[in-house]
Amino acid sequence: MIFVVMAYLWAAILLYILLGGADFGAGIIELFTSEKNKAYTRNTMYQAIGPIWEANHMWLIIAIVVLFVGFPEIYTTISTHLHIPLVIMLFGIIARGTAFTFRHYDAVKDNMQKVYNRIFVYSSFVTPFFLGVIAGSAVSGRIDPEANNFLDAYVYTWLNWFSVTVGFFTVAICGYLAAIFIIGETDDDNSRVRFIRKAKQMNLAAAVFGALVFWAAHAEGIPLDKWMFDNPVGIIAIIAAVLSLGLLWYVLLKKGKVIIIRVLAGFQVTMILLAITIRHYPNIVILKGGRYLSLLEHAGQEKTIHSLAMALLLGSLLILPALFYLLYSFRKNDAVEH
Amino acid sequence: MNDFLAARSQMALSLGFHIVFSCIGMVMPFFMAVAHFLYIRTGNDIYKNITRAWSKGVAIFFATGAVSGTVLSFELGLLWPEFMRHAGPIFGMPFSLEGTAFFIEAIALGFFLYGWGRFNQWFHWITGVVVGISGLVSGILVVAANAWMNSPAGFDFVNGQYLNIDPIKAMFNDAWFSQSLHMCIAAFAATGFAVAGIHALMILRKRNIAFHTTAFRIPALFACIAAVLQPLSGDISAKDVARRQPAKLAAMEAHFKTEPASPLVIGGIPDPVAKEVKYGVEIPGLLSFMVYSDFHTPVKGLDQIPENDQPPIAITHYAFQIMVGLGMIMLGIAVCYFVAVIKKKSWLRMPWLLRLFVIATPMGFIAVEAGWTVTEVGRQPWIINGVMRTAEAVTPMPGIAYSFYIFTAVYISLSLIVTFLLYRQIRMVPEIYDVKTPAL
Repeated sequence: MIFVVMAYLWAAILLYILLGGADFGAGIIELFTSEKNKAYTRNTMYQAIGPIWEANHMWLIIAIVVLFVGFPEIYTTISTHLHIPLVIMLFGIIARGTAFTFRHYDAVKDNMQKVYNRIFVYSSFVTPFFLGVIAGSAVSGRIDPEANNFLDAYVYTWLNWFSVTVGFFTVAICGYLAAIFIIGETDDDNSRVRFIRKAKQMNLAAAVFGALVFWAAHAEGIPLDKWMFDNPVGIIAIIAAVLSLGLLWYVLLKKGKVIIIRVLAGFQVTMILLAITIRHYPNIVILKGGRYLSLLEHAGQEKTIHSLAMALLLGSLLILPALFYLLYSFRKNDAVEH
Repeated sequence: MNDFLAARSQMALSLGFHIVFSCIGMVMPFFMAVAHFLYIRTGNDIYKNITRAWSKGVAIFFATGAVSGTVLSFELGLLWPEFMRHAGPIFGMPFSLEGTAFFIEAIALGFFLYGWGRFNQWFHWITGVVVGISGLVSGILVVAANAWMNSPAGFDFVNGQYLNIDPIKAMFNDAWFSQSLHMCIAAFAATGFAVAGIHALMILRKRNIAFHTTAFRIPALFACIAAVLQPLSGDISAKDVARRQPAKLAAMEAHFKTEPASPLVIGGIPDPVAKEVKYGVEIPGLLSFMVYSDFHTPVKGLDQIPENDQPPIAITHYAFQIMVGLGMIMLGIAVCYFVAVIKKKSWLRMPWLLRLFVIATPMGFIAVEAGWTVTEVGRQPWIINGVMRTAEAVTPMPGIAYSFYIFTAVYISLSLIVTFLLYRQIRMVPEIYDVKTPAL
């Protein structure tokens, strides 16, 4: 049963990156769009994510509940030593969720819209940035449960080049996913060209920040290259990601089906997550001095894991069909592909 | 402000904020479902416009409730890591199920809010009902988790170790039913009176009278039924608390001395040093009767509870008095309303009845906050009753006071913005929801 729970945790994280990430990306794209095109981009994005955005963010809740029920040691270590970035991320979540809803549901459309928009785009940047910082910190080996001064215990755990570059990389990935997604949501040729250009820029940003992550890891003494490339699964995953990226741009420029480029983009992110996580399996947090918090060794008692697995299985029987039907019902309503 | 106090204040603030939004998020969908049903059956556009107007409110409240709930799921670990390290695996079952219920609610809400004219109308209606039901289920589950803190079950506590964990037994602890029942009815009463009060105010101001009168009836009916039922569920809760948490009951009642024919103290100022209540009204034997159904059996007083196991008496007592007092006023209004509906139809057109509802607008939510104060403060100094003290659970991170100040600022601004949005929704009723020739 522990493996069922682990699979759900991994899937929830992946789906949060894909769906929640594209959702954050909507705000990031808006942030980097010129003033004259902002309104169009905003409306296109809103049409696409309005009905589904609440559901996109539920994956974070699932992941966090799995952690605190099944792996309390891991949950409490992270929440103690990464308290500060977690709180900032939470403010980001509050600001973004409310600004997104308020700007749509404010009965009067006046200057307040500008306030909502501004809050929405900046929090769309800040939230995934700190999510990335937290993820990077979890494997950075900086968390020291024995640290006895404030800076070592609560600040340098996350304030280091590695965590920060992972944060920027996460933002770029979110922007990339959103740009790829939005290409299929417009009928206007000019806008399509504009969105493709946005996707290219985000793709480039992801590549640059990806390289910076490796540089930072090297500078901080984190053997990231070894983790990624000293095992066959990691190598295959990275090669698959690179090949699928080539394929994606080929299909995109040949004006192929929207669904194919979306699946390819999702595939790349899945491969990246796989390459990062497989090497450390079953460890999820790397502490100072090379100690680990493991999903196998630091799991709750058997009965807890069993009932958690049952709850997840039961939950997915209800959630997945409903979610697919939601996504299906609100897909773009045009029969003609580009 | 020390870190422990700051952590408790931040938790209280976050829960106190979230509870308002979650109550509205779980009850409003039922009001909408009734209005929506009446629209589908009668074809009367007024019902459709009411449903749409309310659904805007629900979207605003749901989003705010969802983010503040997300924050809480992290705050448990951010503020109380030692508690979560041990409690997470035991009382996590309702949270894992709640994850599903909340997810379903978010999906159903997507269908409902964006589904106008897209789906078969009964399918659309059902998605609205699903929002309400899954919200209610979420509420029951979360309260069941809180009930476990009051009434820990499903593990053996041996030499500081938590052994033989049984999450199902933990979920169905002794307090889950009475607490969930009390909370659900409270949510209906609080939301009902709040919504009815706003519509009543608009009728008194002679704005869109037909629209607001129709809209008033639905929440008013729910609120009044809940207000009548609530004292009964309160009685179940009080008897339950007396059995499981005598210290909490004693603090609620400011009951210092264990004696036969224990009196019920109404109002008054508890003096924990002199161990007496000043200026309160004592009714001899009534507390004994309420707890044990006879006038003589002594009820355990604070004198039989070690001082370092006692909750803050004054806060618990005041909060309890406020809750019960407001409950009684709402019961009175409910009785007037039922008399008006059943016997004296003419009362329905009288401004004083509407005025009563206007006055009652905030009462339910004040009572909800007071009730939560009783539950949480009354459990102190324990975070897991009789097992772990709150002070043992707090995060080792210093500087929580700053976090508390920022959270306070954020929640105050959010409350102001939500109030502002609500005000704008109401102000726009004539232009959006109640135009003379409603567009279809």
